[in-house]
Amino acid sequence: MTQSSSPDAYTRWSRDEMARRVARDIAEGMVVNLGIGLPTLVANHLPADREVLMHSENGVLGFGPAPQAGEEDYDLINAGKQPVTLRPGGVFFHHADSFGMMRGGHIDVCVLGAFQVAANGDLANWHTGAPDAIPAVGGAMDLAVGAGQTWVMMEHVTKTGEPKVVERCTYPLTGVACVRRIYTDLAVIEVGPEGLRVAERCPGLSLERLQALTGTPLHAG
Amino acid sequence: MIDKIVPTPAQALADVQDGATVMIGGFGTAGIPDELVDALIERGVGGLTIVNNNAGNGDHGIGALLAAGRVRKVVCSFPRQVDSWHFDRLYRQGEVELELVPQGTLAERIRAAGAGIGGFFTPTGYGTELARGKETRRLDGRWQVFETALHADFALIKAERGDRWGNLTYRMTARNFGPIMAMAARTTVASVHEVVPLGALDPEAVVTPGLFVQRVVPVARRRTQAGGIRV
Repeated sequence: MTQSSSPDAYTRWSRDEMARRVARDIAEGMVVNLGIGLPTLVANHLPADREVLMHSENGVLGFGPAPQAGEEDYDLINAGKQPVTLRPGGVFFHHADSFGMMRGGHIDVCVLGAFQVAANGDLANWHTGAPDAIPAVGGAMDLAVGAGQTWVMMEHVTKTGEPKVVERCTYPLTGVACVRRIYTDLAVIEVGPEGLRVAERCPGLSLERLQALTGTPLHAG
Repeated sequence: MIDKIVPTPAQALADVQDGATVMIGGFGTAGIPDELVDALIERGVGGLTIVNNNAGNGDHGIGALLAAGRVRKVVCSFPRQVDSWHFDRLYRQGEVELELVPQGTLAERIRAAGAGIGGFFTPTGYGTELARGKETRRLDGRWQVFETALHADFALIKAERGDRWGNLTYRMTARNFGPIMAMAARTTVASVHEVVPLGALDPEAVVTPGLFVQRVVPVARRRTQAGGIRV
C-alpha cells in the first residue's frame, strides 16, 4: 500500500515480502517453529536448497509444505491445524517430548505473531483482556521462554492506527523480555539492551515517520 | 491370560461416574477418539472435568459433550477456535469453568502425574497472569513457576494398532497427548484401528508399553476430518 502524501510517500511491505524478509534470516540447519497466522507464510519463502528443520508443537519435526489439493490427511497437521506433509527424515513424537524441545532450548528460532511488543522485548500475544474475550495461550509461553531466539512478525500498527511497538505492553504478557527481533510491514527492528534499533525500513519511509508510528523511542541502525 | 481387548466403546466406559476427571487425547481433530467420546455422551454422566488441548470442534465429539451439559470444567491450553461455538457460549454464560494452562505446562503436568512426580518448576509463564499466585524460585539463573501434577480417573486416547497386552502404536500427529495421558490416568481406554496378535508389533517401535493401558477397543477407521480451521 502506498501513502500518497508526498514527500512522505512510502511503500509498505506486503505479507509475502515480510515473510520473505524473515526467511532470509533463517540459516541452513536451523530448527524453526512458526507460530499460527502470519508467521506460517515464512515456510513458503524458504529456498528449496536450504535445509531447515521445521518443528510443530503437536509432535512433528521435519515437516514440509501443504499437500496437493485432495491429498490432505488431517492426522498430519501443523500447530494451526492445517494439513502439511512429511519430508524424508521427518519424525513424530508425543507432546511432552515436543515441549521438551521447545522449553529445553532445542529450537533455534521461533516466529510468533503479536498484539504488542515492548521496548524491553516483553511480548503480548495471547489475550486482549476484554471482558467477553476467550483467552487462549497454546504453546506461545513455552516458545517465548525456550526458543534460542524469539522473533515477532506483525503489522506495525493496529487496524485503527495504534502503535503495536510500545513502551510497555497494555495487554497481558506472554513472556518477559523475550523478543529479539521485530519484523513489521514498515521496518525490521532489533531489540537490545540499549533499546530498539532500526535495522531496515520499507521503501521511502523516513526514520521520523517510522518513529511517529511507534510508541517508544527508536535508534537509527 | 491378560486380555485387555473390550469389544465396544460402551463396555469400555461402563464404569465412568459423575464428576470424573477425563483426559481426552487429541490436538485439533487429530487423535480425538471420536467413538470413545460418543460413548461417554451415551453413558450419560455429568459434572465432568475434561482435559484436552482444545475445547471441542463443531457439533460432535467434545463439542457435543459440552452441548449436552455434561461438563463442569475444561482444562486446556487453546479453547478459542473458529468452530468452538459450544464452549464459547457456555463459557460466556458462566456455565463451564476454564482452567487455562500453557500447552507445555499442560503436557508436563500430565507427564508428571504418570511419572510419579508431584510438581515441578518451569520458566514458562513467569511474569504472566497464568502464574499469578503461584510459588516461584530462581533456578539455573532464571525465574521459574511451580506447577503440580495433573491426574485423571480416565484417559480416552486414539491409537493406531494395539495388542491384548495394551501395547500401542500411533499414526503421525494423532499421537500428540496419547502416550502421556495413558500414563496419567487410573484407567486408560485406547481405541485402535487394528488389534494385532502379541509379538506382531515391532518391540522397537511400540510407543506406549501395555502397562499404561487398561482397555483396548477396536473401532473402524474413519477419515479424520478438518477441525479448528476454515476450510
